[in-house]
Amino acid sequence: MAQRLMRPGERLTAPPPSAVRRLRHRIGVFLHQVPAARLALLLGPVLLWMIVIYLGSLALLFLTSFWRQDPVTGAIVQDWGLTNYQFLVGESVYRIIAIRTVGIAVAVTVTDIALAIPIAYYAARIASPRVRTLLLLSMVLPLWSSYLVRVYAWRTILSGDGVLNWSLHQLHLGSVNLGFSRWSLWIVFSYLWLPYVTLPVYAALERIPNSLIEASTDLGARWITTFRRVILPIALPGIIAGSIFAFSLTIGDYIAPDLVGDTEFIGNVIYQNVGIQNDIPFAAAYAIVPALVMAVYLLIARQLKAFEAL
Amino acid sequence: MDGVNLEVRGGEFFSLLGPSGCGKTTCLRMIAGFEEPTAGRIVLHGRNVAGLPAYERDVNTVFQDYALFPHMSVRENVEYGLLVKGIGGAERRRRVMDALRMMRLDRFDRRKPGELSGGQRQRVALARAIVNQPRVLLLDEPLGALDLKLRQTMQIELKSIQERLSMTFIYVTHDQEEALTMSDRLAVMNQGKVEQVGSPAEVYERPATGFVAGFVGASNVLSGEAALTITGQRHAITVRPEKIRLGRADERPEADEVSALGVVRDVVYVGAFTRYVVDLEAGGELVVLEQNLTMSSMDVLQARGRQVRLFWNRQHSRAIATAGDDQKKEEVG
Repeated sequence: MAQRLMRPGERLTAPPPSAVRRLRHRIGVFLHQVPAARLALLLGPVLLWMIVIYLGSLALLFLTSFWRQDPVTGAIVQDWGLTNYQFLVGESVYRIIAIRTVGIAVAVTVTDIALAIPIAYYAARIASPRVRTLLLLSMVLPLWSSYLVRVYAWRTILSGDGVLNWSLHQLHLGSVNLGFSRWSLWIVFSYLWLPYVTLPVYAALERIPNSLIEASTDLGARWITTFRRVILPIALPGIIAGSIFAFSLTIGDYIAPDLVGDTEFIGNVIYQNVGIQNDIPFAAAYAIVPALVMAVYLLIARQLKAFEAL
Repeated sequence: MDGVNLEVRGGEFFSLLGPSGCGKTTCLRMIAGFEEPTAGRIVLHGRNVAGLPAYERDVNTVFQDYALFPHMSVRENVEYGLLVKGIGGAERRRRVMDALRMMRLDRFDRRKPGELSGGQRQRVALARAIVNQPRVLLLDEPLGALDLKLRQTMQIELKSIQERLSMTFIYVTHDQEEALTMSDRLAVMNQGKVEQVGSPAEVYERPATGFVAGFVGASNVLSGEAALTITGQRHAITVRPEKIRLGRADERPEADEVSALGVVRDVVYVGAFTRYVVDLEAGGELVVLEQNLTMSSMDVLQARGRQVRLFWNRQHSRAIATAGDDQKKEEVG
């Protein structure tokens, strides 16, 4: 590249700055001198989203739950009262549905944790890099397909004349009647949310330095003691994070119960009240229930000091 | 690791010294039980422990990164070894208290490792290991992460703890000063082999190989033609820089002295002493260290380019094995 050298006595003078450059310069100086402006620019859009759209609609939901629907006209009447909540507590069917939803969510969460820990431990600490990549990929791969496809796939597996019973029949093992029961719900939910539990658990296990495990062994602990006293407590935040996914996703679901279950979840009741009966105040009141359950769940997680090590 | 044969005496402070990648840490990890040798034995007080899992070996390790359990307090960290070995209430409390006091940690016992300084963490790692009263304590560059001042304080403290407990310490380091200050004996390692085993004075004053001469202290090796001209022998020799005296070119050597003519190429003023690099007439170069007893930095710097004669006592030049002789040396040793 040809480069012209400066002659002796020649001085380097910058061209006069254009208007755009001057403006950019001023903005730069302003942002440099006012840290609050930088912060506002950085977090403003996110906070707007969180406060107005997310928390705002939650607040509206809460307010709506104190209104009621006129039983005759079906119109929403905006006077304040506890009618919806009295109805929820009074009718045992809503209590049963809520308990069933939470019960299955707990079962799914426990199952997923029990499955995720060995898989994640193997991937994070034992497998070769190649096998690890394959394992992680196979864990994430189902997430690339639609939720509905995965639920329908299970429908064909579990139904009375489905793949499962066909295989059992071929092996002369009789048949099971899982199709469209609480068992099938448990299996399908556990399958659906497993990647969401495995990945945080994997991340937590992978972060543990090898020397900690060696130190524990060095101090006289067998593997099982090391696992219980060192690995598990350090990975606990990851496990709790994963469990929050499994638990909240199950509690909020209403499609799988429709497709592979024989029972209703909280979400199904809300869906019917919004979509069919147009009783939005009652739906709002019932929606407060899972929100409360999740709040309690997070409080317990905090009590277990799960967030301290994050 | 190749044909390493080391014997460490009970109650001894033994160091493994060598550059990174020389196999000293691997050696330590084999003793601890984190790695298994492909062949050979590891005998601990008459018992071959090779093949035993780490938790069944009566040794404890102080790790380079300390490896403190982040979710446990200082006390729980120190208590861990006793707890998993099932040592009960009163004795466990007493031993933990003793270890904490000895390492001056009793005021911090409720803190988490994350709330401690580097030096404090180091002391927790030490307390956690010695509370188990192991037969051998293995230390893997434990002072590597500390700053110079703290490192020097900890060197003295480590040595005094070792003497008070009369515990066998095997100490891995790449820092020759550390190894020389603290050890009763040390092994200098290079490329998976032991070059020399001996007391710090032996290793420093009588390096067995060119590698040891270069790695422990500054390298001053004369070989080939230069050695022949100066000493009259073909054997390679080494001289410690501080044993060499810088004299005028026309000075005569004493009867028991060796001398060599040269020109000062470089002068480095280091405050308490000055380092001269002298190009020899016979070929090669020697580094000379002289204390600045009366000289000022101005005087010293004027020495550059001057012709000088170097003198040292005949007994300070050591014959060493050069690369070609190494093989033979290994078989004899």
